[in-house]
Amino acid sequence: MDDFFTTSVLVATAAAAIRLATPYLLAALGETIGQRSGVLNLGVDGVMLLSAFFAYWTVLSTGNLWLAALVALLVGLIMGVIYAVITVFFEATQGISGIGIFIFGLGFSDLMFRQQVGTPKPVPRLPSVNIPFLADLPYVGEPLFQRSLMTYLAFGLVPLTVVLLNKTTFGLNVRAVGENPQAADSLGVSVERTRFAAIMIGNAFAGLAGAALVLQLGIFQPNLTQGMGFIAVALVYFGAWRPWGVMGGALLYGVVNATVLQWKALGIIPVSISDLAGMAPAILTIGALILLARRVHAPAALTKPFSRH
Amino acid sequence: MKTKMRFTARLFAVLGAFALLATACGGDDDTPEAGGALTVAIVAPSASDDLAFTQSMVDAVNALDREITLSITDGTFIVEEAAAAIRGYAEDGINVVIAHGTQYGASLAEIAPDFPDTTFIWGTATDTQGLDNVFAYHPAADQGGYVNGVMAAAISTTGVIGVVGPIEAGDAVAYINGFVEGAEAGGATVNVTYTGSFGDVALAAEAAEAHITNNADVLTGSAQMVVGAVGVAVSNDVPWFGTQANQTSLAPNLVVASQVYHWEVVLEEMLALRDSGTKGGQAFELNMANGGLVIEFNDGYSLPADVKAAAEAAIAEKSAG
Repeated sequence: MDDFFTTSVLVATAAAAIRLATPYLLAALGETIGQRSGVLNLGVDGVMLLSAFFAYWTVLSTGNLWLAALVALLVGLIMGVIYAVITVFFEATQGISGIGIFIFGLGFSDLMFRQQVGTPKPVPRLPSVNIPFLADLPYVGEPLFQRSLMTYLAFGLVPLTVVLLNKTTFGLNVRAVGENPQAADSLGVSVERTRFAAIMIGNAFAGLAGAALVLQLGIFQPNLTQGMGFIAVALVYFGAWRPWGVMGGALLYGVVNATVLQWKALGIIPVSISDLAGMAPAILTIGALILLARRVHAPAALTKPFSRH
Repeated sequence: MKTKMRFTARLFAVLGAFALLATACGGDDDTPEAGGALTVAIVAPSASDDLAFTQSMVDAVNALDREITLSITDGTFIVEEAAAAIRGYAEDGINVVIAHGTQYGASLAEIAPDFPDTTFIWGTATDTQGLDNVFAYHPAADQGGYVNGVMAAAISTTGVIGVVGPIEAGDAVAYINGFVEGAEAGGATVNVTYTGSFGDVALAAEAAEAHITNNADVLTGSAQMVVGAVGVAVSNDVPWFGTQANQTSLAPNLVVASQVYHWEVVLEEMLALRDSGTKGGQAFELNMANGGLVIEFNDGYSLPADVKAAAEAAIAEKSAG
């Protein structure tokens, strides 16, 4: 255990935790906005997969990482339009619709990968960007201020989401239609438009999450996300539908994963119980959800389609 | 009525002609002639171009020296989906169904007895579960692991080597155990991380990062998620040893060597047995002696001559049993 408590290992663990947390944070923040408007999207993982593939394909074709991120954002927006039309205008059951989006994303990204790429080929990864002065700080400089722009974006979006939800008219409308859409409607708030916009933002964030994942790894393969989108949905509950809470959940998930990997690498966790230890992040999340479930309540209109009739 | 009768007569005539044609074209026995055309299906857990487990089998079937019509259902990590695909192929009359995954064993035990004319090939597994229409196969992956380990220890300057594995099972654990044995024989310290997943590329990448943090200057790993770990090796300019398929394309300057599975060696034996009327009941091992396991060196990596000589000596030792 002494090997773990060295500066270099602790700093590397913190850096790994932040890398691991980045795609979860982006996806969960977007889902938070959607859920605060009353729309559950279980298709996050599918949107991430599609965005990740198209970002990867863009880098493979052009070598341009930022164009790849933009393409992923656009894919997220397109999927957002589809999901919004299905759930807001056609008032389809959100759970089933989301699973449909997930299955589509899983299958279509797989199909496209086979048709257009075939064998995995490495692409350039996002470079680290050192923030002047801060990057040189002892202990915290490397994990916090020598990261990729996508990571800075993810963590920067947390306070922006707080402001969006709590300090703007749009945010007030989002919360209103998520709690009591009939009342919001009677006050002249367009429930459809508000939910449509919230879904679009949520899916755009999911698109960025897919881009963050694939550009951090520099590779794509079928089902790259391995269910990250579903964990992101769980993190929204974990964070009690609040951006800071969601960030805490994503970081906790990243820290536990990174610590378990370091302990395995150092031999602190014996190989014989390695698989058991790998379940720690999931067990922790479920445990926290059980504890939190009694203290917080979901948006009252979550999963409920709105209709004037 | 007359018109209708004429139409009916024509219909029967056309159907009759088709029936005669089908009879003329079809055989009365689904066992083909020796070395003849075969329909083969592969059901496998990962992508057919994963540069690892599944691709090794697809490449092997394509390398067989006979006319094969190949169908593939890949990405079936969920056993129930795989079972449906296996049964579906058998119902469709496919001659040989390859269930390429240890986890498919229980499903095969249920399905195989229902299709006695179909040959099922299952692995990695060391026995056929007593089924006489099932051939089993497994690679002695520890052999190539040992050779890779010998080389890794020789080129490591820190004396620390990192291994990224999936779940402690199947040929992955055999490869890793062999690798550890070879590397430790060369005086290296080997740290092994099983990520707990065959597909989680992100975890594999972070596992590789953790090894590098802990002074590893050579890496290896097994299963399809290692593409993430190879990416980390490239970013840190760390040599990589591959297994299952040739992984040189992932890092042309850093992959030192790959242990490549040539399943076609045992598949040829199985199909020859099938030609002679034996539809299963035997288990086969892929090893260096029978040419099923081959160490493919990467010419793009300048391996010191003495290290290559040590590797070739280890290969000779393993080939001799």
